[in-house]
Amino acid sequence: MLLLLGALTIGLILSLLAFGVFISFRIFEFPDITTEGSITLGGAVAAVLIVAHVNPFLATAAAFAAGALAGTATAVLHTRFKINSLLSGILVMTALYSVNLHVMGKSNLPLLSERTLGSMAEAAGVRLMGASTVHLGGWEVGTRELAALVLSLAVAAIVGLTLYLFLRTNVGTAMQAAGDNAQMIRALGVNVETMIVLGLALSNGLVAVAGALLTQYQGFADVQMGIGMVVWGLASVIIGEALVGVRDLGYVIIGAVMGSVLFRLLVAVALRGGLNPNDLKLVTALFVFGALVLPTLARRVRMRPRT
Amino acid sequence: MLDIRHIYKTFNAGTANEVRALRGVTLTVDPGSFVIVIGTNGSGKSTLQTAIAGGFPLDSGSLSIDGVDVTSWPEHRRAAFIGRVFQNPFSGTAPSMSIAENFALAARRGRPRGLGWALKRSALDEFRDRVRRLNMGLEDRFENPIGSLSGGQRQALTLMMASWIKPKVLLLDEHTAALDPKSADQVIQLSEEIVTRDRLTTVMVTHSMSQAAHLGDRLVMMHRGTVLHDFRGAEKQRLREHDLRQRFEDVRRADLLDEPAAAMLRRLYV
Repeated sequence: MLLLLGALTIGLILSLLAFGVFISFRIFEFPDITTEGSITLGGAVAAVLIVAHVNPFLATAAAFAAGALAGTATAVLHTRFKINSLLSGILVMTALYSVNLHVMGKSNLPLLSERTLGSMAEAAGVRLMGASTVHLGGWEVGTRELAALVLSLAVAAIVGLTLYLFLRTNVGTAMQAAGDNAQMIRALGVNVETMIVLGLALSNGLVAVAGALLTQYQGFADVQMGIGMVVWGLASVIIGEALVGVRDLGYVIIGAVMGSVLFRLLVAVALRGGLNPNDLKLVTALFVFGALVLPTLARRVRMRPRT
Repeated sequence: MLDIRHIYKTFNAGTANEVRALRGVTLTVDPGSFVIVIGTNGSGKSTLQTAIAGGFPLDSGSLSIDGVDVTSWPEHRRAAFIGRVFQNPFSGTAPSMSIAENFALAARRGRPRGLGWALKRSALDEFRDRVRRLNMGLEDRFENPIGSLSGGQRQALTLMMASWIKPKVLLLDEHTAALDPKSADQVIQLSEEIVTRDRLTTVMVTHSMSQAAHLGDRLVMMHRGTVLHDFRGAEKQRLREHDLRQRFEDVRRADLLDEPAAAMLRRLYV
C-alpha cells in the first residue's frame, strides 16, 4: 500500500514534467534536453532556499523562475544564434550541471527537518485526521503519505487546468500555431521566435517545479536527479496519448497525468518484481523506442498487400 | 497604398549560385487597385511578393504601405497591414488546429495577443456564418482539424482568413497553381468576390494566362527582376490571352539573343 501511494505521488508530481515535455516536444517539436538540467535546477534552488528557511511556496516559485530562465537560455541560443535545437539544449544542460553544483554547494543536499510542502501537508493532514496514521480500505497508512498524495493530486490538477486554459487563450493558440505552422502564424503577425522563447520558458519552468516538488517529497536534492528525465516525460506523454487519444487538448493534458502515474506504477511494480534498478533507464529507453516505432510498424503490416 | 521604389535583391551574392532576383523594381499601387503580376520562371514575381511581405531584408530600395515606410520591418510586424495566401495550400493554415481556432488566429492578425479567450462565441457564430456561404459543408466540421480538408477547401479558408481583418494590401501568390481545375475556379471566384466587395488593394501573381486576362484592373509583366510591361485601365481591359502569350513569346525570342544584341534590335525595330 505504501508502495502504491508513493508511486502515485511521484507519478502526479512528475506529471508536471510530462506537461513540460508536452510543450517542447509536442507543441514545438523541439527536442528540448534542457529538461534534464532544469528538473535538477528546480530541486536545487528549492532545497537551498528551504534550508535557508524560505517559505516552501516561495522556494517552489523561485524554482519555476529558475527553470524558466534555463528554458529561455536554450530558446535564445536556438532562435537568436541559430544553433540546432538539440545542441542548444545540450549546451544549456551541460552548463546547468555546474550551475546546479554551485547552487547546492555539494552534490547532494538533504532536507532533514526543514519545513517543506511535504511537512506542511503532513501537519495539515494530522490536524484534519487527528492521528499520524489513517486506515484506508483496511490498510494502515501514514498521514504524511496520504497528505503528500492529496497535495500532489491538487497540484497536478491545478497546473493541468491552468495549462489547458492558457493554451485556449489568444497567446496560447498562437503558441500552438507557431509550432504547427510557423509560416502561417508569422503571416498573421506573430513573432515565432518570441513564442519559442515563451514556450520553452514555460516548459522548463514546469519541469523545475516538478524537480522542486520531488525534492521536497523525497527529502533531498541530488545533482544526478535529472538523468533520463526527458525520456521519462516523453514516455508519460506517449502513454497518455495511447490511453485517451489526441482528440482534444483537454484529453492530451489529462492523458499526460494518467501516463505519468501509470508509468510510475509500472516502474514500481517492475522493481518490486525483481527488476534490477540499474536496468531501469535501459528498459525505459527501450519502452519509448517501442512506443515510437510500433505505430509505424503496425501501419506497415496493415498496409502490406495480401497475396 | 503600396509604394515600391527601386528595390534590389541578390541571393547568394558572390557565390556560384548568385541570383539577381530583383533588379530595381519600382511599382506604385493605388488604393483599391487589383494588380496581376505575370512573368517567366525566375522573373522575380514571387520574390517581389515575398519582398512586400518582408520575407527577407532588401539590398536597397524602399517599401511603404499606406504612407508608412516598412522597409526595415520584420515579416510579423508587416502582417498588420498585409493579408497573404500562399501557393502551397498547406502553408496558410495550422493543420492540427480546428477551423474555428484557425479563424480565431486570423481574427487577431497584427493585433496584440493576450490572455483573452481565443474562441469567443459571438465571433465563432460570425466565422461559421461566413464559412456556410462557401457552400462547402465546412460549417459542420468546425471543430475538425484543418489538416483533414482538401487543398481547395484549405485555400478558400486561407483566403477568408487573410481578408478577415481588412488588409491594406492582399497578396495572392499563385494561390490556385496547386489546385485541381474545379477548386481553382472556385477559389478564383471567391478571390474576385472578396477583393471587389472590400475594395482590397491586391497584388496577385499567377501563371494562368486566362486569370491574367480576365481578372484585375492592371497587369504587370516581370522579366529578369524588372518590370517589363505595365498595362492599366482600358489597355489592360483590351488584353486577351493570346496577346499575353505573344508577349511571352517575344521575351523568349529576345532571350535567345545576348543582351546587347537584343537591345540593338529593340532599338531598331520596336
